[in-house]
Amino acid sequence: MYTQALNTAETDDRGLEDATKAAQFQARIDAEERIEPNDWMPAAYRKTLTRQISQHAHSEIVGMLPEGNWITRAPTLRRKAALLAKVQDECGHGLYLYAAAETLGASREELVDAMLAGKAKYSSIFNYPTLTWADIGTIGWLVDGAAIMNQIPLCRCSYGPYARAMIRVCKEESFHQRQGYEIMLTLCRGSLEQKAMAQDALNRWWWPVLMMFGPPDATSQHSDTSTKWKIKRFSNDELRQKFVDATVPQAQYLGLTIPDPGMTQDAEGHWGYSEIDWTEFKQVLAGNGPCNRDRMAARRKAHDEGAWVREAAAAYAAKRAHRQTAQAAE
Amino acid sequence: MAVSNIEVSETPLVLYALRRADDALILGHRLSEWCGHAPMLEEDMALSNIALDLIGQARELYSYAAKAEGKNNDEDTLAYLRDVRQYRNLLLVEQPNGDFAQTLVRQLFYSAFADPYWRAMMTSRDATLAAIAAKSEKESAYHLRHASEWIIRLGDGTDESHQRAQAAIDHLWAFTGEMFAVDEGERALIHAGIAVDPGTLRGRWLATLSHVVGEATLTLPQNDWMQQGGRAGRHSEHLGHLLSELQSMQRTFPGLTW
Repeated sequence: MYTQALNTAETDDRGLEDATKAAQFQARIDAEERIEPNDWMPAAYRKTLTRQISQHAHSEIVGMLPEGNWITRAPTLRRKAALLAKVQDECGHGLYLYAAAETLGASREELVDAMLAGKAKYSSIFNYPTLTWADIGTIGWLVDGAAIMNQIPLCRCSYGPYARAMIRVCKEESFHQRQGYEIMLTLCRGSLEQKAMAQDALNRWWWPVLMMFGPPDATSQHSDTSTKWKIKRFSNDELRQKFVDATVPQAQYLGLTIPDPGMTQDAEGHWGYSEIDWTEFKQVLAGNGPCNRDRMAARRKAHDEGAWVREAAAAYAAKRAHRQTAQAAE
Repeated sequence: MAVSNIEVSETPLVLYALRRADDALILGHRLSEWCGHAPMLEEDMALSNIALDLIGQARELYSYAAKAEGKNNDEDTLAYLRDVRQYRNLLLVEQPNGDFAQTLVRQLFYSAFADPYWRAMMTSRDATLAAIAAKSEKESAYHLRHASEWIIRLGDGTDESHQRAQAAIDHLWAFTGEMFAVDEGERALIHAGIAVDPGTLRGRWLATLSHVVGEATLTLPQNDWMQQGGRAGRHSEHLGHLLSELQSMQRTFPGLTW
């Protein structure tokens, strides 16, 4: 579902590498050419992308948990099928993203192990709980909406496999976003209790969603190389602003109130918003969000309890290969 | 506020559609419990896919049951506002997921029946059931293949997976007899060419299982005692818990649109 600007700066070690190759590489980037897996690339470019793509993949997989929490309780059969299909799509996104990361030379196993060991990050948003059905609508509307805002520019990312994965992911995300908004619309046109449920969900998710775009530009020290390499095309604050501007009229149409009394619109139509509580963001990243422990525990449990199944599949494949070799030798 | 259960006029045709709808919904629900928790991402995808097919089948069958009944029921009242004693699914499909072996053995037992069943139902004289069968047959062929491949891998994989698969077969075997039982109402539908006599599918079912289980180096139990009751609403204790979760929104917030 989502990639977040959590990267720390990579040292630019081009000085250690072939200066001519590095210059040619940058010229290709500047000419908007796509870099493909077998092309030469600076080690730091490879490392930055491996980390970003794998964080994105982990986010898709961990992101299955908060929404998966409502599959067995969806209020109608139509909603149940749609939610299950949506969570299945997130899993599919995780799979293509791990495959994209593998083109850079990392294996899915090592990337997953790093996440399970707590060494790799995933989006902060999935450390918040889904308490009511309205949270499912809100996640579709806002979390997927924010993800799209972030991922549309990634469709033009300089690394070919990531850019192509994003094109497909964005199509599915925009379907999810409309589905989420439609859940909200149904709630807002429903009973007072349903509308209150929708407002409560917006109140809880609004600020964490704004945090999805990452720290403010003024304190974010590491976008320079990503920008130069055309991995990142807009700053965190630019994307956050686009999101807020797009979302305010959607909230107004629903008749919901964004939980920020300080919002004002400037002469150009941009919506100003109050200071974000970055202490909360840092706490969630540090593992102290409401659900960090539960999310990691759920992923580790699935991994540990599935170990015997993966071992069985590997053992069977090895036996089969052995038998085929033996047959061929006869 | 308590929400009353609906009443359903269970004519033979309504009951027939409801029983198959309940099988599909309850098994689909069970499989959906794996989503996000499977042993590998490919299985999160595959089990969700099978669950989606089954929930889709359930929706069509409920809508048809509601239409055949001709009262004010619809797919959601039938799914969300009947209690345990009104549910008509096989005991097999409500059994908990257990470990991955138990889930896949349950799927094998069911799909090895559902696949030839839906193929045979394509020639039903009831045009709606025949149309549902034509779609379900394609889906169930994939479900059977997926379950068969896994049982072979687990049976012929490691000692642990072999033991778990055999334990699952031994545990679930007693719930398979119910698939072949027929009551008087169904007998009349069979005579009318609307339903298929499941007894005629038992040989095929057993041949499929014998082949898969043999390939997997596992064995089918000799014990032929079979549990029954699901079709008449006498369920295991597990179903009530499943329904309390499935129905929680409709029971808590009666009569709203979602």
